[in-house]
Amino acid sequence: MAPVADHEPRVVLSARGLGKDFGGFTAVNNVDLDVHHARIHALIGPNGAGKTTVFNLLTKFLQPSRGKITLLGTDITRTRPDKVARMGMVRSFQISAVFPHLTVLENVRVALQRPAELAVQFWRPLSALDRLNGRAEVLIDELGLTSYRDTRAADLSYGRKRVLEIATTLALDPEVLLLDEPMAGMGQEDVQMVAGIIREVARHRAVLMVEHNLNVVADICHQVTVLQRGEILAHGDYATVSTDPRVRTAYMGTEDA
Amino acid sequence: MARGSASPAAPAVVAHPRAGTLKLVLLLIAAAALVAAPFFLYPIFLMKLLCFALFAAAFNLLLGYTGLLSFGHATFFGGSAYFTAHAVKVWGWPPEFGILLGVAGAAALGLLMGVIAIRRQGIYFAMITLALSQMFFFFCLQAAFTHGEDGIQSVPRGHLFGVIDLANATNMYFFVLGTFTLGMLAIWRFVNSPFGMILKAIRENEPRAISLGYSVAEYKLGAFVMSAALAGLAGGVKALVFQFATLTDVGWQMSGEVILMTLLGGIGTLVGPVVGSALVVTLQNYLATSQFPVTIITGLVFMACVLLFRRGIVGEFYASRLGRRLGFRSES
Repeated sequence: MAPVADHEPRVVLSARGLGKDFGGFTAVNNVDLDVHHARIHALIGPNGAGKTTVFNLLTKFLQPSRGKITLLGTDITRTRPDKVARMGMVRSFQISAVFPHLTVLENVRVALQRPAELAVQFWRPLSALDRLNGRAEVLIDELGLTSYRDTRAADLSYGRKRVLEIATTLALDPEVLLLDEPMAGMGQEDVQMVAGIIREVARHRAVLMVEHNLNVVADICHQVTVLQRGEILAHGDYATVSTDPRVRTAYMGTEDA
Repeated sequence: MARGSASPAAPAVVAHPRAGTLKLVLLLIAAAALVAAPFFLYPIFLMKLLCFALFAAAFNLLLGYTGLLSFGHATFFGGSAYFTAHAVKVWGWPPEFGILLGVAGAAALGLLMGVIAIRRQGIYFAMITLALSQMFFFFCLQAAFTHGEDGIQSVPRGHLFGVIDLANATNMYFFVLGTFTLGMLAIWRFVNSPFGMILKAIRENEPRAISLGYSVAEYKLGAFVMSAALAGLAGGVKALVFQFATLTDVGWQMSGEVILMTLLGGIGTLVGPVVGSALVVTLQNYLATSQFPVTIITGLVFMACVLLFRRGIVGEFYASRLGRRLGFRSES
């Protein structure tokens, strides 16, 4: 690995020449991406730019047609998605990814069961899972869901479902978090809260997020990559990217954003 | 009451504080009825009922609790019947070991079929299981040990643990009831276990389960093999009850029948398949002696079920106000 300088944190996830074709249509082409430890990296771009496809490629929910992906120094270009998750990269989904008929506590516990090796015991009672409650409750408290501990996820408000999703993801203590539009459809208050959570989380982890809310991107993201028609249009910090004339035309329109 | 505080689909009905006691009472009544039944009803009929109830409950472990529709479960039911019958009749094994062989054989067949089918979804999964079970049907038609169209006949019931004579109908009934109870307890345990929790998570949101690091195919395969083994338990016992193992039990119609029983009773409930199979078996029994074709009646019943109460009999009850007041909850 390259020597790590103080001000340039190590790369935990990188893609080189990433591409994906669906039949004759090239959805993603020649994407190079470096995600750093303890940094929040935003992936932005107009609708249909291929952001979610890039997410699916990086997490191996889709198999890339071209290119190479490296996670924590290991080539994962041909690795199965569940293995990628076990290696320390956990993703969220654009539509909220909770288990609707499980309670908040059970949702978080499902994530804890595998690392605690309490997932295959078909002969033990459910109370065997009680020893995970302590850890689950800490996460639930940290994310302000304490009073919803025994509420079924389906009965939570949209914003709280997204928060629960983050709590579940954090239960795995991943090195790399991929959040697909974590604030889509949220009210302003929830946006502020989730932005705060993400900032906190990223102190010891890498975060790559797809986000449409540019105020949030400007506020919390260290790096911004702009995608357009499946290719990288611009890259840099928010100030650089947002003043790039190509980006302004492509993404924000010609008016001031 | 409590309108607006819960999901808009189902207004919250808080379970009655004594619901637990009431459920226990219902369970005890059912148990007492099952113990008393052979003194009032024809034991062979009751045993048939219990075998099919266990078969349907095993099937429901897959359909209701894992979300996989198998169209090949006759393979495990009928296959196990052949294995058990052969072991008991030809090799002279005691009944309990004959049944264990049937269960092991069904589990092995389940593993084989599961490995091939499990990575496919929905209708493709159903079609692969159907195709494989048809292959097994033709194997049974041709293989020497099954005696083709004749089946394995006059299988001795033997002595359980070398002492209890199963030729006696009452003894046999209580043996079947005991096996049924064990099977149901096993299913209840699977469903309410750490493993069951993961199955539930996979059924609710499979991509999310993958993104949490679960290799879902392996969990589904586990459930498939368990379901196959329990279906095998039902099949092995049935072979001893009727002293007979036939092609009927491995045919695709049997795979269809168990789907009907489970849907009729209510998937994702423990009691549903039991009620459904009881209804179908009773109908078949009563109509067998009449002029009326059984298949038409069961078909009509099935249509009525699909049109009027999609959750199945027990499923509808659980979803009703009274059912929720009693604290019942359907899993799907």
